[in-house]
Amino acid sequence: MTSFLNAERPPVFCPGCTHERITRTLDRAFQEMGLAGHQIVIVSDIGCSGLFDTFFHTHAFHGLHGRALTYAAGLKMARPELKVVVTMGDGGQGIGGAHLLAACRRNLDLTLLILNNFNFGMTGGQFSATTPPDAQLGSGFLNQLERPLDICEVARSAGAPYVRRCSGFRKNLAEEIQRAIEYEGFAVMDIWGICPGRYTKKNRLTTKMIDDTLAKLPPQEGVVAENTRPEYGRHYRKMAAAQKKVARPPVIKSQYKAPQLDRQEVILLGSAGQRVITAGEILCIAGLTAGLRTTQKNEYNITVLRGPSISEIILSPEEIDYTGIDMPSVVIALDQEGVDRRRSLFKHLSKDVLVIQLSGVTIPACNARIHLVDFKDQGIKSTDRALASLAVLAELKKVIRPEMLAAALKVRFKGPALKSSLALIDRVEIGQWV
Amino acid sequence: MAYSLMEGNEAIARGAIAAGCRFFAGYPITPATTIYQSMLNLLPSVGGICLQGEDEIASIGFCLGASMAGMKVMTATSGPGISLYSENISFAVGSEIPIVIIDVQRLGPSTGSATRGADGDINFLRWGNSGGQPVIVLAPVDVNDCFTLTIRAFNLAEQFRCPVFVASNKEIGMTRESIDLDGLDVPEIVTRTPASSQQPFRPFQAEAAQAVPGFLPTGDNVLVRTTSSTHGPDGYITTDPDEIARGQERLTTKLLSAVDQFTFHETFNKKDADTLLISYGVTARAARAVFTEQDRQGKRVSLLVLKTLWPVPEHLIRRVAQSARRIVVVEMNMGQYVREIKRILPEKRIDFLGQMDGRLITPAQITEVIDSD
Repeated sequence: MTSFLNAERPPVFCPGCTHERITRTLDRAFQEMGLAGHQIVIVSDIGCSGLFDTFFHTHAFHGLHGRALTYAAGLKMARPELKVVVTMGDGGQGIGGAHLLAACRRNLDLTLLILNNFNFGMTGGQFSATTPPDAQLGSGFLNQLERPLDICEVARSAGAPYVRRCSGFRKNLAEEIQRAIEYEGFAVMDIWGICPGRYTKKNRLTTKMIDDTLAKLPPQEGVVAENTRPEYGRHYRKMAAAQKKVARPPVIKSQYKAPQLDRQEVILLGSAGQRVITAGEILCIAGLTAGLRTTQKNEYNITVLRGPSISEIILSPEEIDYTGIDMPSVVIALDQEGVDRRRSLFKHLSKDVLVIQLSGVTIPACNARIHLVDFKDQGIKSTDRALASLAVLAELKKVIRPEMLAAALKVRFKGPALKSSLALIDRVEIGQWV
Repeated sequence: MAYSLMEGNEAIARGAIAAGCRFFAGYPITPATTIYQSMLNLLPSVGGICLQGEDEIASIGFCLGASMAGMKVMTATSGPGISLYSENISFAVGSEIPIVIIDVQRLGPSTGSATRGADGDINFLRWGNSGGQPVIVLAPVDVNDCFTLTIRAFNLAEQFRCPVFVASNKEIGMTRESIDLDGLDVPEIVTRTPASSQQPFRPFQAEAAQAVPGFLPTGDNVLVRTTSSTHGPDGYITTDPDEIARGQERLTTKLLSAVDQFTFHETFNKKDADTLLISYGVTARAARAVFTEQDRQGKRVSLLVLKTLWPVPEHLIRRVAQSARRIVVVEMNMGQYVREIKRILPEKRIDFLGQMDGRLITPAQITEVIDSD
């Protein structure tokens, strides 16, 4: 069998480092599996474990600290046939903790080898997420304040279907690695090792001590029965294949003549939950049925079902530049919250402006023509009032006509929603001039 | 002409699909979320992949992996997400990974206002990478641009192997507009150039000092190395200062020397104009309205709408500004791109109008500045 190791770039680890042993063991595992170099990608993290990709004749991807699992996920989704092996230290596991949790939950077919030597070796031996509190390291007393993380317990509880903890000095480590790579799903190996350059300068740690400590911990032997489930990529492709193809957005035929031939600007002042934005969209589509150009600019808070909701719609026979509205043709006062947000608008309104005012909504004094409607009396729910106000607009032959509105509803809705919206605009009483 | 109704964000998603994008990963954030939703709607049924990352860092990380496996990739976010993308943007710059990044800008700083627009990230997009190498930033004005500039963004990412940003804005992304899909000026689709098979593959070997390395996908028969470390043409770490210098020089000049090829813009020329308005993004629409009115009144005002912001299209700006006595720069922030205009045109009088309070800059405000002379 041919080694995958790059003869021109031999390992450069400190004498006695477990990483070197794992490098050679990983090579043996690849050989045992009968793979070719191009069937493998090594995604290496940062630090000493980040050197791995340079030692092998395989595809290689070396990114940023803690993020190796994210690149690996992209590679695996794009190339499901690749064996994707991630090498990461306890440092990368700490900084990329969210990615480890997500990878466990996702169960994409990746193999994560965590080369756990209990410290940040390359930067001078600072404490990591797995450093014991009593270790003497480059972080002074800080590691005494934190509790080390049990990677395997975390991985199990996050849903990893394969979790294996073992010593980097284990005799059959190559077989263990092979077993992890061959598992179809997310496989985590927490491999304990010795960092002679930093960790064991001031801390005693031998292979026997590692074995003794591991013997006292609950065994983590690979397959986690309760987490076994379909592999993410396979599952994704199955679900994706069942998705329906999305049609092109409807092209609206110009078939009507708008009641006014010049540019019209409408402001809907309402509150969240009144379907103000949907009504604005319908008004736009109604404009398209008359061959007009249109824009809809919306304003609302981040809250859902609370707060003002405002929609500004422009319909014009010409191209629309600026999308804001300074002097509207129509203001529809649907709710107090919307009116209060734009109070300053009213004092500028001229007598040519139409204001449709719903009963119960008070508006500042202004020169505009006021048209009062009482939707409450008509039994029209709050969620329907924005749409009902468009029916009033259409009946008044302002901006749109009833046939434009009906055509827009037929574009926007289907089935029962279409039926009920057509029924609604049919039964709206248009109110009276003040 | 018959129109459809579409918001800018959906047009970006549809433009991406038309450009050949088959991999999207994102994380929900207002006002960019509907790009993710549109991609989720559109991609799976055409054999594409759409993922939601555990955070923005994962989302862009997925994209970088998939891009090096040969896919056209895109992610979309807003200012807070761009902050989290930063380390991976630097990675994509240095390791020449094609990716399209959409920033639907919202009012900052920081969490800021999720549902209010601004163009406050314009300098951040350019300078938010470690190392400071150039990136490409395109700025759409309307829904048509959202579609076509997204295709151009993919073309440039493929051609130059670099991150390309589309600097949108809540006021474009979440504004619905009439769009004539059949009437759009859709560019030819560009795909990254494969490495020549004549010589042994070196992943960062370029033909010339300004050139872009040929690409081979990770996963094919020829082994590919991608690394975030400073590397030579072979993709291995290098400590040779001359080799490092050549790499840095190439990352810079491959874009700076080519900007004339992708200087997207619109000019509205008035003969013998005294004042030149310069704007971009949604604010350019107010500027267009001002130009139309000033033109009607016979006033000597021209307008330059920039759609390529970075690298700065210096030749274009100098040429258009040549005969103007005064420049008025209008942007939806506290004064970012105006610094570039001042740098390029030190001999001109430059007036500035900026605003960042969630409201659009109005034509009346711009007119006031023009008339204040």
